[in-house]
Amino acid sequence: MAEVLVYVDHVDGAVRKPTLELLTLARRIGEPVALALGAGAADTAAVLAEHGAVKVLTADAPEFTEYLVVPKVDALQAAYDAVSPAAVLVPSSAEGKEIAARLAVRIGSGIITDAIDLEAGDEGPVATQAAFAASFTTKSRVSKGTPVITVKPNSAPVEAAPAAGAVEALAVTFGALATGTKVVSRTPRESTGRPELTEAAIVVSGGRGVNGAENFHIIEELADSLGAAVGASRAAVDAGWYPHSNQVGQTGKSVSPQLYIASGISGAIQHRAGMQTSKTIVAINKDAEAPIFDLVDYGVVGDLFAVVPQLTEEIKARKG
Amino acid sequence: MSLRIVVCVKYVPDATGDRHFADDLTVDRDDVDGLLSELDEYAVEQALQIADEADDAEITVLTVGPEDAKDALRKALSMGADKAIHVEDDDLHGTDVIGTSLVLAKAIEKAGYDLVITGMASTDGTMGVLPAILAERLGVPQVTLLSEVKVEDGTVTGRRDGDSASEQLEASLPAVVSVTDQSGEARYPSFKGIMAAKKKPVESWDLEELEIEADEVGLEGSWTAVDSAAQRPARTAGTIVKDEGEGGKALAEFLAGQKFI
Ligand SMILES: Cc1cc2nc3c(=O)[nH]c(=O)nc-3n(C[C@H](O)[C@H](O)[C@H](O)COP(=O)(O)OP(=O)(O)OC[C@H]3O[C@@H](n4cnc5c(N)ncnc54)[C@H](O)[C@@H]3O)c2cc1C
Ligand SMILES: Cc1cc2nc3c(=O)[nH]c(=O)nc-3n(C[C@H](O)[C@H](O)[C@H](O)COP(=O)(O)OP(=O)(O)OC[C@H]3O[C@@H](n4cnc5c(N)ncnc54)[C@H](O)[C@@H]3O)c2cc1C
Repeated sequence: MAEVLVYVDHVDGAVRKPTLELLTLARRIGEPVALALGAGAADTAAVLAEHGAVKVLTADAPEFTEYLVVPKVDALQAAYDAVSPAAVLVPSSAEGKEIAARLAVRIGSGIITDAIDLEAGDEGPVATQAAFAASFTTKSRVSKGTPVITVKPNSAPVEAAPAAGAVEALAVTFGALATGTKVVSRTPRESTGRPELTEAAIVVSGGRGVNGAENFHIIEELADSLGAAVGASRAAVDAGWYPHSNQVGQTGKSVSPQLYIASGISGAIQHRAGMQTSKTIVAINKDAEAPIFDLVDYGVVGDLFAVVPQLTEEIKARKG
Repeated sequence: MSLRIVVCVKYVPDATGDRHFADDLTVDRDDVDGLLSELDEYAVEQALQIADEADDAEITVLTVGPEDAKDALRKALSMGADKAIHVEDDDLHGTDVIGTSLVLAKAIEKAGYDLVITGMASTDGTMGVLPAILAERLGVPQVTLLSEVKVEDGTVTGRRDGDSASEQLEASLPAVVSVTDQSGEARYPSFKGIMAAKKKPVESWDLEELEIEADEVGLEGSWTAVDSAAQRPARTAGTIVKDEGEGGKALAEFLAGQKFI
């Protein structure tokens, strides 16, 4: 069976959920071979094996943290040369897309970004993409070279499929460009303890209607009652009420949870671009004409300062 | 010495219009007004600010696109860029990102550059990969997704706010930089700027001038193929209730029914 190279997104050996989803998709088109880079790379092997990786290639070097993107492209290219895979799958993070794109040019292949589904086809893997703020669904293929495809979080179920997962060290030689962009310093983002926005099953977002940073606790309390991540519209972010890393939309994160709850958000096209593929959509807005109501499965026309706390209380009561 | 800045700008269908695909599954450009991708305005703005700080700088805006794409160049010129290059050729219709990056890279090399600035992503394709590919093709550092950028003494520095960390980056020129919409509001063209833009030079180049073969670009030459495009079925009308004091409870009931609670 053809091998499919899967780029692993992990933090010190803890594999992030989108990579496990990639393994599910990879198994539809071949046998997954995983590539894990950096500190803790070998620690990823057990969980990758449990989810179908027949082999786990690992490499660590200071270059991966001290320089931007290119050292990882060099490593992915080394893995590509070693495996000669039928396809290369990479998680659709900002960095993942850049790594994938540079590899595609190097190996003379086409690239598809932000796939939301993947299946085997007669002429190679077929990717589903959401276009124009998710108002269209397209099916595309890479028609030249080895398909390089980046896949959005929440695009496939995580499934157990035990495989060998034999760890092999990968030899990587860095090219002249690898040290081109130096990472002078790095300030890690503080963890809130809430789920990762792009991976969360439930996202609760607030917009301009929240009317001040001091009111965002209403949104956070609802989120916590549901074990959800917190999102924000750009209007709320630009006003300085919530960090940019929580922005949902075209220039923020794109989310695709089981449930999306928008409070005090009008539903501008750029916001919809980041949440329209959510399974169930709920909105609370005092304006019955707000465009967000065109998308909802359930909408409440009302003041969020009354509706949201009551909802939170009710959820807590029901959960006991 | 003069700092040569090339800003890549894309002409895109207006996101607030009714965007859709043409019969050949490329973007329909006839039914929706086009404009300079809003996210590329941030690139033009940063170029203007960098040029202001430099002793001597020249800003060239570059686009690959159909005839109407000149509108995007005019907008950038009216913001304050010095000159423009339009790569236009019938054979470009339907080019994918690998092809587009090839054309842009050749045009940038022909124009001459110390610094290339792009937006973070186009507002139509929204791939967000072109800047990284340009750096790969040009063989220069990529300093991408910056929310803050500075150029001094042949060095570019900037801040990249990523998923898990905020990074301070540094590279020597020549380099490719992309900037986010956090980098600073883009200025509106002034009346003076709009008048001045009319006199600024806009060069037109075709594929032959860039020594690119027709089969390296266009729909036929693409590295990717779109097999189908379907409008998402409109969401079935949801339940909308007016809050009369029990709206939160009713919503909880709905969520419980959907097994979210
Ligand atoms: C290039 C570009 C990129 C962009 N990227 C993004 C992006 O990534 N994400 C994004 O979100 N936006 C983005 N935008 C901005 C977008 O166009 C909108 O301006 C933004 O989404 C509006 O945010 P909002 O819905 O919170 O605010 P508004 O549009 O002002 O809506 C506020 C809503 O709150 C309601 N409201 C007010 N008070 C209450 C109350 N007490 N109770 C209930 N409801 C109340 C109002 O009725 C209104 O509908 C982008 C714009 C551009 C041009
Ligand atoms: C809905 C849709 C989906 C697509 N999916 C794919 C795909 O999966 N694979 C693929 O290969 N192609 C795809 N394309 C085609 C692709 O969008 C174009 O080839 C495009 O020019 C490059 O990608 P981008 O605009 O998404 O670039 P991005 O990487 O998002 O653009 C970043 C920056 O590059 C600059 N730039 C981009 N294009 C130009 C240009 N023509 N002229 C000047 N500067 C430019 C701008 O500064 C822009 O801000 C898609 C197009 C559409 C409309």
